Amino acid sequence: MTRVGIVGVGHGVFGRRSDATVQELAFEAFRSALEDAGIDRDAVDASVVGSVPEYHKQRSLAGVIQEYLGLVPKPTWLTEVACASGSAAMRTAWMSIKAGVHDIVAVIGCQKMTELSTPEILALMGRVGEVQWESGFGTTFPGYYAMFAKRHMHEFGTTREQLLDVAVKNHHYGAMNPFALFRKEITKEKATASEDVATPFQVYDCCANADGAACIVLAGEGRAREISEVPIWLDGMACATASMSVLRRPSLVGLPSAERAAAEAYAMAGVGPADVKVADVHDCFTIAEIMAYEDLGFCKKGEGGPFVADRQTYVGGKVAVNVDGGLKAKGHPIGATGTSMTYEIVKQLRGEAGERQVPDADVGLTHNVGGIGQYCFVQVLKRD
Amino acid sequence: MFKWFGKVNYTPYTKVNDFARYLKDGHLMGSRCKSCGATSFPPRADCDSCMSGDFEFIEVSGKGKLHTFTKIVAAPTGFEDVAPYIVGVVDLQEGGKALAWFGDSIAEAEIEIGMDVQIVPRIIEELEDIKVYYSLEQPGTTWSKV
Ligand SMILES: [Zn+2]
Repeated sequence: MTRVGIVGVGHGVFGRRSDATVQELAFEAFRSALEDAGIDRDAVDASVVGSVPEYHKQRSLAGVIQEYLGLVPKPTWLTEVACASGSAAMRTAWMSIKAGVHDIVAVIGCQKMTELSTPEILALMGRVGEVQWESGFGTTFPGYYAMFAKRHMHEFGTTREQLLDVAVKNHHYGAMNPFALFRKEITKEKATASEDVATPFQVYDCCANADGAACIVLAGEGRAREISEVPIWLDGMACATASMSVLRRPSLVGLPSAERAAAEAYAMAGVGPADVKVADVHDCFTIAEIMAYEDLGFCKKGEGGPFVADRQTYVGGKVAVNVDGGLKAKGHPIGATGTSMTYEIVKQLRGEAGERQVPDADVGLTHNVGGIGQYCFVQVLKRD
Repeated sequence: MFKWFGKVNYTPYTKVNDFARYLKDGHLMGSRCKSCGATSFPPRADCDSCMSGDFEFIEVSGKGKLHTFTKIVAAPTGFEDVAPYIVGVVDLQEGGKALAWFGDSIAEAEIEIGMDVQIVPRIIEELEDIKVYYSLEQPGTTWSKV
């Protein structure tokens, strides 16, 4: 089966995009990905849209995006696995090229979250967990991760300070990212002065809803080498699941889906965690990034807190993590997050990340989680 | 009558409907597969071990140890009037886990991971409709219909 290469990437500004519809956001990212690839849209064989339908008034989004991008009558389809929808779109595009069905596929992760009213958002917020046994007690997305944090602190001595080290780092890099929602450094003092959300989390432990889109153009090896001087190879592309209900999980100090997807992605790509120079991980909450370090093998289980406190995940540390600002500072337009992660790693591996560039980055990784870990996608990307 | 279960209920119908009826009468029920004997809490109609659909309810003690907890301040629709509230996950003595609110028998300052707790059936009194749930209490706290 052919190797799959990334030949073009595009990214729009994340934030409250009252200036655009979701298909207009998709168009921005698609146009810049085509410009980046240096190809005409006629060269694209199919598109895959990663997005979560319940945030949009437009039903069956893939069709309206296909039309607005000017890709009709070519095939399109939508993938949905909560916050990992963009990476699921990447995986199905990768599969279609591997299978020889398509040669060049555009993947568009996109989401418009700010059109919903506050009551609509609060109603959705009440159904993030398993609704039969858990949601009846008013569980929330931050509530689940807060319980992971409490348990992690109990078992490993992870501290409140270490959680905030994640937020401080990601805002530090977000300040340098022109696509980020929040472009300001924060201090721990400012973070601890923010409102409680779900103990131990305060506002600055949590990522924010946003609108946005990011597009990735994939091609089979032959076409990838023709189109691009530096194709970035998608050599590891794994997906795993964990039970949706926390009541069916043996442990709450990590995501079993992430551990499994990472092991598979490393094996596919023939690399190990020590080879990864730069990674974008799913920091929907501060504890999520600490658990990701451990689940991905960047450090041992339980050592994620000291790992970030020792600045091992800054540029210049063992592995640079979320040096685009992460979900925390970029904002989290859920369908777009996976493709935004891939965008950043491609730019890093090409050496085009500017003041945030990780030196000698040749192997990179993305870790995109859906919901509270019921889905996890891990990609390993390489430069020749 | 699973619609009785939870302050807000999203699943009015299930093959384990009777769980809510038992709870209303003060009984906390898990399930046991009649084919292979595998047990589950929360109960499930379709066996996770052998895939049989033949099950029976079995009463569980509700006793266990606190696995983790959080105080939820930012509440979703339907929970604004009770926020903030403390939610805990318990490892049950008989196997399985449960998620529930802390009840009145445990003060917030006493809550710590690893403590002994018991899941106790509750009825929400103020509402016209029957609403049943369970709460995390000091072991030995008895259910009483109010
Ligand atoms: Zn069975």
